[in-house]
Amino acid sequence: MTTQTTAPDTPGARKADATGGLLPLPEKAARALALGGSVLTALSTFLAWTWTADFPGDLTVYGYPGGLQVLVLVGALLATLVALASYGLKGLRWLVPAGADPALRLATLAVFTTSWYTVLAISADLGGLVNLEPGGFLVALASLAALAGALSLPFRRPEPDPADPDDTGWAKTRHGLAHAWATTKAVFAADSPRPVRALPPYAEILIIVGVLALGLTVFTYGIGTEYDEQFIGFLITAGLGFAALNKAGLISHASQITARHQNITTCGAFVAAALFPFTQTDDQYATLGVYILIFATVALGLNIVVGLAGLLDLGYVAFLGVGAYAAALVSGSPSSPFDVHFPFWAAVLVGAAASLVFGVLIGAPTLRLRGDYLAIVTLGFGEIFRITANNLDGTSGPDITNGSNGVSSIPNLDVLGFDFGAQHDLGGYTIGRFANYFFLMLVITAVVVLVFRRSGNSRIGRAWVAIREDETAALAMGINGFRVKLIAFAVGACLAGLAGTVQAHVTYTVTPEQYLFAGPIPPNSAFLLAAVVLGGMGTISGPLIGAALLFLIPNKLQFLGNYQLFAFGVALILLMRFRPEGLIPNRRRQLEFHEDAEAPTLLTKAGA
Amino acid sequence: MTTDTTQGTAPDAAVPGATVLDARGVTMRFGGLTAVRGVDLTVGAGEIVGLIGPNGAGKTTFFNCLTGLYVPTEGEVRYRGTVLPPKSFKVTAAGIARTFQNIRLFANMTVLENVLVGRHTRTKEGFWSAVLRGPGFHRAERASRERAMELLDFVGLAAKADHLARNLPYGEQRKLEIARALASEPGLLLLDEPTAGMNPQETRTTEELVFAIRDMGIAVLVIEHDMRFIFNLCDRVAVLVQGEKLIEGDSATVQGDERVIAAYLGEPIENAPGKENDR
Repeated sequence: MTTQTTAPDTPGARKADATGGLLPLPEKAARALALGGSVLTALSTFLAWTWTADFPGDLTVYGYPGGLQVLVLVGALLATLVALASYGLKGLRWLVPAGADPALRLATLAVFTTSWYTVLAISADLGGLVNLEPGGFLVALASLAALAGALSLPFRRPEPDPADPDDTGWAKTRHGLAHAWATTKAVFAADSPRPVRALPPYAEILIIVGVLALGLTVFTYGIGTEYDEQFIGFLITAGLGFAALNKAGLISHASQITARHQNITTCGAFVAAALFPFTQTDDQYATLGVYILIFATVALGLNIVVGLAGLLDLGYVAFLGVGAYAAALVSGSPSSPFDVHFPFWAAVLVGAAASLVFGVLIGAPTLRLRGDYLAIVTLGFGEIFRITANNLDGTSGPDITNGSNGVSSIPNLDVLGFDFGAQHDLGGYTIGRFANYFFLMLVITAVVVLVFRRSGNSRIGRAWVAIREDETAALAMGINGFRVKLIAFAVGACLAGLAGTVQAHVTYTVTPEQYLFAGPIPPNSAFLLAAVVLGGMGTISGPLIGAALLFLIPNKLQFLGNYQLFAFGVALILLMRFRPEGLIPNRRRQLEFHEDAEAPTLLTKAGA
Repeated sequence: MTTDTTQGTAPDAAVPGATVLDARGVTMRFGGLTAVRGVDLTVGAGEIVGLIGPNGAGKTTFFNCLTGLYVPTEGEVRYRGTVLPPKSFKVTAAGIARTFQNIRLFANMTVLENVLVGRHTRTKEGFWSAVLRGPGFHRAERASRERAMELLDFVGLAAKADHLARNLPYGEQRKLEIARALASEPGLLLLDEPTAGMNPQETRTTEELVFAIRDMGIAVLVIEHDMRFIFNLCDRVAVLVQGEKLIEGDSATVQGDERVIAAYLGEPIENAPGKENDR
């Protein structure tokens, strides 16, 4: 790949072609068009796009943007900034450490996709293009112009592989497609970013604060989207915008800076997460927040088992269930056969301990297996838990779990006189029931993050990774494989149980059907595993982000109905094809990319 | 993990003649196939012993019997007078470290981390210690890192400590595997074809490395196909043919033995094996 893209020593005519743009426009005009288009798009968001308020978000107002217009405006401003930076403006050079053009292409693509999606959605919803106001046409044209301009900017074309003249029909088509794909990748391929200049510590911390604030804003906006079109627009803008920043090299800069101040970043992330309930006016979205947090915490626990120790556990949700059931049974619920009401700290201990015992009981016989066999056996044990909980109802077995009705009416927590079920006023903000639990869950998440980070970077963590990498060699290095794997399994189970104790109180009711292997509602074992794989195995932020996405997307795209799981499957396949390392690549993988930055891997991976 | 205190850090290498490894009548059968038949082998302290033989002679099987990967069907293996436990991690804890014929590094760990994994048997910090991070944890971790860096320095990889093991060139991967084995502070190091795939230059470096390891007081048992390497290196050489020990002795004896030449080349011809690599 690299050899193809380094300026080929071919005759002049071809050379000019090799650095031309995708569309035949002179470079200066193209750049001006991209900039002008972006500015015009930004301005057009202040116009009315449609005449009626029937389309959600009210796009009829002159003077200030609303709904999807805001997304287009944000994208257009980003594109404008990048376009200005591509002129080499002095103050904006920091924006594009890896070169402006690929970022500009993606940014204009983001604007174009969002605005055309909006315009088309308006036309489709209201029936015809007549429903568009001039502003709607203007934004469509302007964003198209910006994209056309960006695509006309010169890039290094990959040299076509000489086609076999004997090829006919299908073989020729395939060859043509392969070249088109290589060209598409080259259009968006970016150089490796300049190294970060050392900034004074306070500046770096300010940058971290800014990044976290941006993250919180994006997340809050996503969680608060009110209608389908807005959420889809949000996904488009956020996804492509993120890609643009990535190509600009800002993401890699930000991750380098955060890596220098890991503790500050972690604490800052928790502060940002704790601020989330204060951004919400009612408890509706805090509900989503707490469910996401439960899901994410369990996914992070699973990441110890799968990501670090490499034990594929397909029945992990059972441990969440054990914790939840244990906490529910001692919570004083009327449907619990045990007439006890433990204080919260005791319930947490009971839940975690029950999961730990369950984990060791399952782990001890099964961890002698490797790979696929282990996966199948854990899948079986996960189902055994659910079916057992279903049958311990007094008729098929002893009455412990109240069968398929589950343990219901679990009372709200009361810790040191703080009633989690009631609203509290905190400095002018009303903190509802779910927000209370959100804070509690945040503490549990912090514990899991702490355990993950500290154990991962220690003797035991290295032993886990060694077992994952090569079990025979690890044994030959003196690692007691069985014992080490059992510890990973038990720790993972214990952390899931910890989350389960809170989950029982949040959901009021614990039923066996909450702990399926696969189902439309997370958390279930399949979704947990998907969150880990999607986010990035072996990382902390990966499963958290993966879980947030996996919870939010099905939740927001209700209109997909029965096709939800199908869409989810397609998305997962695409992700595995184009970014197998997950959204947040592991530190080890980053190192891998970092080391041969000039080597072929960069180009092939950068296209993805 | 409970046995990790049995061997001290300093092998008492100064005593020449003390037997480190004593394998008696080791026989390994896989079903009807006898891969190794009644092999006796001793390795003394401060000695470098070579094990050669044609492909399929049972060298690696014998190695696996020594390191607990296989439990010998008959016979026993003693390390410093105690019979070896039948688990490979316990064997390592007892003081025998090995490298593999086909390199088995932890490819996605850094060079330093690979060596730190080798320190596993000589450290005790468990899960709780890692989570709570008391002063003892930091002390042990620092000591481990220092020792690992010393070892990397010893094999000449200190500058690459933060690289991923998979990104090292072949020769350095071999060296890293040796450093990782040394990290477990063994009294006996088993090297399985340490120079396979190396050029003469690298082979010579490895030779010096093995001598340096011997000078640290660690006995070395080495399987190799490169005859020049083995005869330069070893105090004693044992020849394994079809699972049985053919002859054992110093280089000259083995080199001159007609049966050895016959085993390798079929019949004695003018090319002495010392001039020619076997493959």
